[in-house]
Amino acid sequence: MSRMTAPAHPSTTTPPPPTSTTTTSTTASARTDRAVIRDSLGVGVAVGVSGVAFGVAGTAAHLTVWQTCALSLLVFTGASQFALIGALAAGAAPLAAVVGALFLGVRNSFYGLRLAERLELPRWVRPLAAQTVIDETAAVSLVQPDRRSARLGFAVTGISLYLIWNATTLAGALGADALGDPSRYGLDVAGPAVFLALLAPRLREGGAERATALVGAVLALVAVPLVPAGVPVLIALAAVPAVLLLGPRRQAQEQARHQAQEQQQEQAREDGR
Amino acid sequence: MNTTWLAILGTAVGCYGLKLLGLSVPTGLLDRAAVRRFAALAPVALLAALTALQTFGQGAHGLTLDARAAGLAAAGVAVWRRAPFLLVVVVAVAVTALVRAVA
Repeated sequence: MSRMTAPAHPSTTTPPPPTSTTTTSTTASARTDRAVIRDSLGVGVAVGVSGVAFGVAGTAAHLTVWQTCALSLLVFTGASQFALIGALAAGAAPLAAVVGALFLGVRNSFYGLRLAERLELPRWVRPLAAQTVIDETAAVSLVQPDRRSARLGFAVTGISLYLIWNATTLAGALGADALGDPSRYGLDVAGPAVFLALLAPRLREGGAERATALVGAVLALVAVPLVPAGVPVLIALAAVPAVLLLGPRRQAQEQARHQAQEQQQEQAREDGR
Repeated sequence: MNTTWLAILGTAVGCYGLKLLGLSVPTGLLDRAAVRRFAALAPVALLAALTALQTFGQGAHGLTLDARAAGLAAAGVAVWRRAPFLLVVVVAVAVTALVRAVA
């Protein structure tokens, strides 16, 4: 990224193209802006305070306060952060722990693809904006009706979430550090509870998600005694091709049944005529 | 520099690269149906595996049923009742601590 230094000289770059909403109706767009900011801050604050759970989990996983804070500052994608410290705490080899965390980070690439189309960010902004390409910013920006709102939602959600997540990570890590043995307070369960909370909305989406989750969990547990720590979570990925390969067959069966029903109905109509 | 720091930096560089990759590659390169389907389901498999491992895991190769399972069950109820994110975590922690205190 040869243009990484560009943000320091914003005057030398062209401003983003104005959107149509700014010229047509200032009051209407101001009202929309306020609504977008309110929604974005709602997400930023609600999810941001969960940084305290990560701070606590970092201490529970025997990381130093600095290491826990470095993860929130530099990695800044919750699931990967929790996955890394969980694997390290279980005694995984660093490489296996990192690979597991990176697999969880791959979804951010796909958010980036969608966001790039939606936001049309100038080239010099991308290296800066990239750090806040996560679940929450994608969720807020991609539902906005126009580019102006999408950009505003992305910026406000990203910045508020970054600041609050890092502040509460520090608070959680310092607090748990002061408490002493974290497992006495049940704090070692914060990690799995976070994963379950992240998983829940996906389980409501459909049978393929539920099957993948079940097969993934079983594969990982079966693998625990057999392979080095950190590897079971990677073995769980085998659930995805398994479900994808078996899924379409079930879909095809349902489609065939559906067609048979329609034919029967048609037959019945013709008979009745 | 110890291995924990190396793992932290490796994860930081990798995760940032993945984020920037999505924003920078031309649309269509990663945007294939098979890749998209895999990417949509992969986090589900990983999150389920991590939940199970960190609830029932004991050391590097052991599995056990302890107070964490009770905490996770309570979290499951909270999730099912659509409790907010942080409340789910608080419920799990509280129930785990309670079970440990009683046991």
